Amino acid sequence: MNNQSDHTALHDHLLPLSAYFKVYAWLMAFLLLTVGAAYVDLGRLNFPVTMLIAVIKGVMIMLIFMHVKYSHKLVWIFAGASFLWLLLLIVFSLNDYFTRDLLHIPGK
Amino acid sequence: MSIAEPRVEHHPAQLAHHFEDLGQQHESANLGMWTFLATEVMFFGGLFGAFCIYRFTDPVAFAAGSHHLSVLWGTINTFVLLTSSLTMALAIHAGQTGEPKKQVRYLLLTMLMATIFLGVKASEYYEDYEKHLIPGPSFTTDLKELGLPTDVPEHTVQHTQMFFVFYFFMTGLHAFHMVIGLGVMAWMVLLARKGRFTRDYYTPLECTGLYWHFVDLVWVFLFPLLYLIDLHK
Repeated sequence: MNNQSDHTALHDHLLPLSAYFKVYAWLMAFLLLTVGAAYVDLGRLNFPVTMLIAVIKGVMIMLIFMHVKYSHKLVWIFAGASFLWLLLLIVFSLNDYFTRDLLHIPGK
Repeated sequence: MSIAEPRVEHHPAQLAHHFEDLGQQHESANLGMWTFLATEVMFFGGLFGAFCIYRFTDPVAFAAGSHHLSVLWGTINTFVLLTSSLTMALAIHAGQTGEPKKQVRYLLLTMLMATIFLGVKASEYYEDYEKHLIPGPSFTTDLKELGLPTDVPEHTVQHTQMFFVFYFFMTGLHAFHMVIGLGVMAWMVLLARKGRFTRDYYTPLECTGLYWHFVDLVWVFLFPLLYLIDLHK
């Protein structure tokens, strides 16, 4: 197969198996942590902590399991853009719904 | 005027003629898959957004709804699905090293995990059915059965029902994705058995893996949002 010179995209992210097992161990640890944290009263922090753990788990899955860390920059942009848009969707919608009563504008 | 010599190379059978080489073909397929996944993020994202609006509008109703779900089964299912993501990653690794037997073995393990997940989900649905928690005319309005305080306004009952609308729609859509994933994986098993995936060509395997990890990713957010609301209270 001497005619296949440009194989960087195919062969440059062969990770050692230990990398996957390490991520798996972390995912398990965070799963236990998130269930445990749900039973502890953190006041207003319960929801942010839960979401933070989910985001950490998600980032690990994307970077290692989905090989984004070793992918072309375009993949970073596509993957990043989807979550940026998701963030806009959720933040702006919540912002709208939960600030409607702040200003007492008659007839709104 | 000379005509450019046609390139007479012994190109690999899997290489489509409009690509320079397998590396470029692989990158294009990969980016295409990510484009699809971006639309999937938007698809699920609308539901997540709507869920958040309702949840923060009536936290009491959503906590009451959430407390009907089994944290134990939810945790077991998350464990099963995360493990299936690991076996899928190992299947792709076996693709990258060109080992068909391992590809088949890990794909079958992933399919086994997926089936266990769906089985657990089905039994959870059945329990909800027995407890009259399926939205619609048979949805219970009994405050005690719903686990709501007796002094809540009428719309809180409706919002508890809304929780189950989201629960069934989101987990149902997720389960539907898993069923499709099972079909695609079965197809990959057939190809892997024929030895189609080698060190130089494992693109379909990797795209299947991306899809499967995405399904896992959705669940990583669904699980805490649906199962773990205000458990400390």
